[in-house]
Amino acid sequence: MSAERRPPSLEEDLGRLDAIVRSLEAEDLDLDRALALFEEGVERLRAARERLGEAELRLKALREAAGGELKLDAI
Amino acid sequence: MTLPLPLEAEPRERPATVTEVVEGARRTLQHAFPPLWVEGEISNFKVWSSGHWYFSLKDPGSQLKCVMFRSDARRVPALPQDGLKVYARGELSVSKRGDLELIVRQLLATTEGGFYAVALERARAALEKDGLLAPERKRPLPTFPRAIGVVTSPEGAVWHDIVAVAGRRWPDLELVLIGTRVQGEGAATDLMRALALADRLPHLDLVIVARGGGSKEDLWVFNDERVARAVAASRVPTIAAVGHETDVTLTDLVADVRAPTPSAAAEKAVPDRADVARRLDALGAGLGAAVARRLEIADERVRHASTRLGGAVDRRLAATGERLRRQAARIAAACGVRLASRHAELSRLGASLDALSPLKVLERGYAVARDAGGRVLRRLADFPPGGAFRLRVTDGEVPARAEPRP
Repeated sequence: MSAERRPPSLEEDLGRLDAIVRSLEAEDLDLDRALALFEEGVERLRAARERLGEAELRLKALREAAGGELKLDAI
Repeated sequence: MTLPLPLEAEPRERPATVTEVVEGARRTLQHAFPPLWVEGEISNFKVWSSGHWYFSLKDPGSQLKCVMFRSDARRVPALPQDGLKVYARGELSVSKRGDLELIVRQLLATTEGGFYAVALERARAALEKDGLLAPERKRPLPTFPRAIGVVTSPEGAVWHDIVAVAGRRWPDLELVLIGTRVQGEGAATDLMRALALADRLPHLDLVIVARGGGSKEDLWVFNDERVARAVAASRVPTIAAVGHETDVTLTDLVADVRAPTPSAAAEKAVPDRADVARRLDALGAGLGAAVARRLEIADERVRHASTRLGGAVDRRLAATGERLRRQAARIAAACGVRLASRHAELSRLGASLDALSPLKVLERGYAVARDAGGRVLRRLADFPPGGAFRLRVTDGEVPARAEPRP
């Protein structure tokens, strides 16, 4: 079974956003760095919202093929 | 030479064969005793390789040999042990060996809950002894599962209920149906096989073991010690939802989380997108507020630098102001309507920084011409003859009009 490549998960996005907000709230940050973080935050926010809005449930059925190999069939 | 023998009497009628006697006794017994209930204590209990059970029922006065055939024995949920008091229902017979025996069709323990209680307590004690019921063994569920295995019957409402609830709350998800029988003959081994398959899927974050409502007998397989152990052995956290709210099985007890129904299991398994949307809004607001604060600090620094350096930094200031306005627009877009006030604040901040540069210029005697909409007028074409415009000078605005050109 090939592991599909995934974009950052919502959990990662939320965790990163938390970290960005905390960094921005810290005083010792120059403007360029702050704006770069902000841009990243905006992008993550956008991606997370999109994921939340557009995601569709993927339904699979597990089947053990002859020889013991596992197959996931879309339902 | 033949030795003389004393004359022996011969039967005056045809002798019966042993088989005839035993069969006759059996028929007579069966006629005299229709199927009946017998109460007694189990002794000499043995399971033969054929799967039939052999034991005796005894009371202080007598004992009675019993046989229970495999097809009947397998409906009894626990193996009886010597000393157990039971009610046995069956037919009296005579075995081929001539022994009186009771052919047991149904066996109940006299204790409350019968054999179910016996089996349950035995399995529970075994699981407890191995620490599988300990609360500290419970694992937390993943906050944002991306793939969930559902061990349940492919028929029936459970799978559809879970799909409906998960889809409504959290669509960013792969649900994998791992079909199994959930009651009756072979269900225990089928469940164990399904759980073993789930363990072989490396991308699963969570497994739900679920079954809809049914009789206590229908749900019984979830009290099977082997099934409970398979659930406890799951690589990923588990949610069990067996039957209705009031049904609690050993599978429920060993799972990391118990849900009263399959729908409730789906609710526990995934976050609610409305909650996450609110959290994203809060993060957006935090992001906006934090960057606004950074921009204010930057603004302060720019003002400070501007005061010290005079007009030399005008162009850089204008560029910075432009950048701040772009950021403000991004923040507005990113944070949505809820941040309208933050947006306004940032726009003001950006605008004030932007204005910083021209104001410094105006102080030196320059003026900026704008139309009624505030657009800066730069070229001849921006000044139609007789057209009204406003002239921004260092301390205010002057209404003005373009004279006809020669």
